Amino acid sequence: MAPPAPRTGDAVFANVERVNAELFTLTYGAIVRQLLTDLEEVEEVNKQLDQISIFRGYNIGIRLIDEFLTKSNISRCVDFKETAEVIAKAGFKMFLGVTASVTNWDADGTSCSLVLEDNPLVDFVELPDTCQGLYYCNILSGVIRGALEMACISPEPNFWCTHQGMCLVRLATHPR
Amino acid sequence: MIGVGKIKQYSNVLDKPLSRGKQEFCLQVSLSAFAFLFSELVQYNQTQVDNIAELERRLEDAGYAVGARVLELLCHRDKGNRRETRLLGILSFVHSTVWKVLFGKVADSLEKGTEHEDEYMISEKELLVNRFISIPKDMGTFNCGAFVAGIVRGVLDGAGFPAVVTAHFVPMEGQQRPRTTILIKFAEEVLRREARFS
Repeated sequence: MAPPAPRTGDAVFANVERVNAELFTLTYGAIVRQLLTDLEEVEEVNKQLDQISIFRGYNIGIRLIDEFLTKSNISRCVDFKETAEVIAKAGFKMFLGVTASVTNWDADGTSCSLVLEDNPLVDFVELPDTCQGLYYCNILSGVIRGALEMACISPEPNFWCTHQGMCLVRLATHPR
Repeated sequence: MIGVGKIKQYSNVLDKPLSRGKQEFCLQVSLSAFAFLFSELVQYNQTQVDNIAELERRLEDAGYAVGARVLELLCHRDKGNRRETRLLGILSFVHSTVWKVLFGKVADSLEKGTEHEDEYMISEKELLVNRFISIPKDMGTFNCGAFVAGIVRGVLDGAGFPAVVTAHFVPMEGQQRPRTTILIKFAEEVLRREARFS
């Protein structure tokens, strides 16, 4: 029997159960607020938030990859370019309902940017002056890192968030 | 820049429109994304506390912040800035409107407590947040619905109906998983005010 064809992100998203994005946004805001309250120094917060968010995001990523692989029937990616495309189109769509675009490939094809224009995590969020250096969506880089590590690639995702709420994940991998 | 064409950049987040029009999928994320996020919220809080009561309190506090914002959002968007001033009004707002927006359905039931005048109960067969959570035996009566209890408390407090809200499991005959009941106990002043109105 031929293996089932891979399903596009849209098709998968239409088939999974969905919840209101506002609940999701507000819950994530509550998490970030708790982290900020617990770790009082702003400098500490930034440092720890990176680690803790990555740690938390990492936990999510290592479990999320199973669900992603089951529901989307994606076959093994040939190279890193394909991996990035799959994450941007199928992965983000399936869980967050939005797609990312892949840009800014560097010369040897080992790093790129995933740009999220419409990110449900940052809806209506404004950072106060005391937290300007905070990478609010850093949990996403942890999720991607965890998922890719479980799929046997070791990436080094880094994350930036611009003022208008467009989020960039910079993915880099070791050259083979 | 790629894909910037249709998205208008707002200089101030407060200028963004509250609803995103008819694009249904834009307003939703997958249930698993929310479930993963909620599980991390619970796990993070477990590392910060020593006992169950403290864990419930932290989840409730997280929910409280969500509830306060949900009230503002819904009052403005769905109710046309009309305030609820009566007890039954705010309860049915929570039971129907808030539940529908957050969880996609109205709550299973709303009951008045029989033993005390100031108690009301909203029941749900399976709370969305509890769907992928199992409580180990040694955690006793702990209920992650404390997060939802916090949301309800945030909504009620913001609307001027201070109350103590808790979540409990109620075992049901013939069902494997117990029902969850959100118990709302209103403050004295709310009942006195209600008595003056009627």
